[in-house]
Amino acid sequence: MNPATLDPREPCSWLRRYVFTTSHRVVGVQYLLVALAAVVTGALLSLLMRWHLAWADALIPGWGLIKPEDYLALLTLHGTLMIFFVTSAAPQNGLASLILPEQLRGAPPSSTDTNITRSEVRMALPLLNALSVWFTLFALVALLSTPFLPGGAAISGWTSYPPLSSTALAGPGQSYGMDGWLIALALFSVGSLLSAISVVATVITRRLHGMKWMQMPLTAWSWFVAACMMLPAFSILLAACGMLFSDRHFGTSFFFPPVEVMNGIVLHHGAGSPLLWQNLFWFFGHPEVYIAVLPAMGLATTLLATFAGHALAPRTYRTMVAATVAIGLLGFAVWGHHMFVSGMNPYVGRGFGLATIAIAIPSAVEVIQWLAAIFAGGLRRATPLLFILGFVSLFITGGLSGPILAQPILDAYLHNTFFVVAHFHLIMGMAVSFALFAAIYYWFPLLTGKCMSERLGRWHFWLSLIGAYAVFFPMHFAGLAGEPRQYAQLTGTAGFLQNLLPLQRFITIAAFLLVAAQLLFFWNVLNSWIRGEKSSPNPWDAETLEWESPGDPSASHVRA
Amino acid sequence: MILSWHTASIAPLLVLQKSSLWMPRAGSLHAPAIDELMRVSLLALTAAGILAQIILLAGLFLPRERRPRFSPVWRWIALAIFALSMVWMTLVAENLWSTIRLTQAAPNAVQVEVTGVQFQWYFRYPGGDGTYGAVKPGLVDAPGGNPLGLDPADPHSHDDIVTNVMELPVDRQAEIRLRAQDVIHGFFIPGMRVMQNATPGMPSQIHITPTRIGDYAIVCSQLCGLGHYRMHAVLRVVSQQNFTKWIAQHQTASKEN
Repeated sequence: MNPATLDPREPCSWLRRYVFTTSHRVVGVQYLLVALAAVVTGALLSLLMRWHLAWADALIPGWGLIKPEDYLALLTLHGTLMIFFVTSAAPQNGLASLILPEQLRGAPPSSTDTNITRSEVRMALPLLNALSVWFTLFALVALLSTPFLPGGAAISGWTSYPPLSSTALAGPGQSYGMDGWLIALALFSVGSLLSAISVVATVITRRLHGMKWMQMPLTAWSWFVAACMMLPAFSILLAACGMLFSDRHFGTSFFFPPVEVMNGIVLHHGAGSPLLWQNLFWFFGHPEVYIAVLPAMGLATTLLATFAGHALAPRTYRTMVAATVAIGLLGFAVWGHHMFVSGMNPYVGRGFGLATIAIAIPSAVEVIQWLAAIFAGGLRRATPLLFILGFVSLFITGGLSGPILAQPILDAYLHNTFFVVAHFHLIMGMAVSFALFAAIYYWFPLLTGKCMSERLGRWHFWLSLIGAYAVFFPMHFAGLAGEPRQYAQLTGTAGFLQNLLPLQRFITIAAFLLVAAQLLFFWNVLNSWIRGEKSSPNPWDAETLEWESPGDPSASHVRA
Repeated sequence: MILSWHTASIAPLLVLQKSSLWMPRAGSLHAPAIDELMRVSLLALTAAGILAQIILLAGLFLPRERRPRFSPVWRWIALAIFALSMVWMTLVAENLWSTIRLTQAAPNAVQVEVTGVQFQWYFRYPGGDGTYGAVKPGLVDAPGGNPLGLDPADPHSHDDIVTNVMELPVDRQAEIRLRAQDVIHGFFIPGMRVMQNATPGMPSQIHITPTRIGDYAIVCSQLCGLGHYRMHAVLRVVSQQNFTKWIAQHQTASKEN
């Protein structure tokens, strides 16, 4: 990155400039690098899983035979990396730090200067923001060290339901590996809380003089609402991790049943409940889905307006803000739809089913507005726009299976099957990734002063889109056929599972191609950075303030 | 005309349903209603999805002058159609859920208790006295032939039958009591369209009525450890006559023990 585009006030030492700094741009890039390490690792782990699921006897070069517990460790790491370190850390904590302060172009509250230049822009509470990325990095290191601990990495999935996760007797990896997982999540929660505090404070106190709430770009609104959701969500997760750790080591009994027989050993505890963890975890877990997807939704709205070459109509803008806030609020009322078959009172299931259908309405409002904008036409066909269209396509495909899973009676067949895997990988994995790609293609010229190759971008887009559908759409059928997720192999006495092997093999081959297509993206980033054409200061004719050159009087356009 | 449209839209579905890429053949009383709701919902949502993708492709490829213009009111009409179909789907689904899950089991239902243990399902029938005997965690001894920890001091336990296969009579309701000894297991019989977690310390009840004689796979649907993928069992639905015979055989065997 060209140091000239970074905060020029920092002293010249390399360490002070790129490592130990509170510069919002550097912190944003640091977040993206943490997410990059996580996404590369997570994707490679998923290829190992796919390989094993399709050809259970295959000897993996450099590994050998993947044992069932290895498979579960792979899926636990994959899920934890992708959900926390990629889809949460990158679009929310990372992009908000990178872009939000410049979009708001805000002065410190004490300043009366109405003409703030880019170099004077920063996050509110910049130290908290900078600390947050360090917590996230330490969390990643803690998580990635768990496979090397005695017993290996945890095997209880990214949701780690106790009692499987509450005692070392429950299986390999449930000893030190599980402790490591809990420590990693606790560190990540602290980091995310610090980041959220900083984002909320920035939006409240650092808007350009005269910029009203209803003049903020939709991206800023989504980062703000997502950060507001993170405060209670990650506080609860942090507490839950502490409680589980305490159950494991300090003799408490939050999540233990009064008595259980584990591996032939009778364990007596106080009268806790395994269901309490599920309530706490999903009270965090479902808002987490919206924390990941709201920034992507805001980006889609803003970019569709930018690439159509006009600002959003005031009525559309108000509708989108209302939908974003509604999703943020309703996001806290739907966690029980993960627990329809948990043994929860079936009356409660009805309520959560209704709340979940209710949240489909504001989501549908946003989708219909996007489709209307796309159909109205006049969109400039550049790579960031293609990826936003891909986001909309995948969001719709992944979202439409939501109302099926929201019905307790249908979920009592599809719960924990591959249908659910298809649903959340399309809407959370793929849609959010496409929005992230759009963000990188879109803001690359802002950060580096260079253009990315459009030709490579188009190839990357079409191959990724076809790959995403080829991998995740067929999973719906495996789920309908009744294949539970998290099965290391499709052998065993339930013969119907073996009929699904050809489908799973097809998915595995598609997954390898999907991952291979991402090499185009990395090549494009590196090559464009080094040899790319110089970009104009505002290549997309955007109206948001991050594109205004330093020192511009910038009160004229404040919204896109 | 309506018939032919219906046939055309259903045809790919029929092919799917015959393949192994659809829900397995159903064998319980409430399954047809669930299947119907699943079919109609999937069809409607797939149609909505295809329409949306066509709009996306048109937005990308269709020249601007060839696109019809729509008044913004259409956005609200589309939203209203979506919302109303959600309301309809929810009403039907919640009604089904109430019928199946918010009702008590019939008094004459066959009693069976299912216990999940890493990585095995055990089934217990209360025997002639109709009452399950007490179990004590301290007595659990799978290699010694007492995997559930039946307490011999409780007379009710003497005629309890413990098996590895679940057998049920056809056309009679079965009340299933779910327990787990160690971690949470997911009791899932795809052919019966039923799934419920078995949670340690929290017994729960469900009931089903098998309507078709045959064998059905039972699988574990809640990650329970390294052997999760092989935690399978079989539900064997037989005639009432064969069921009575099977119970009698097991009772003789347990008395001999």
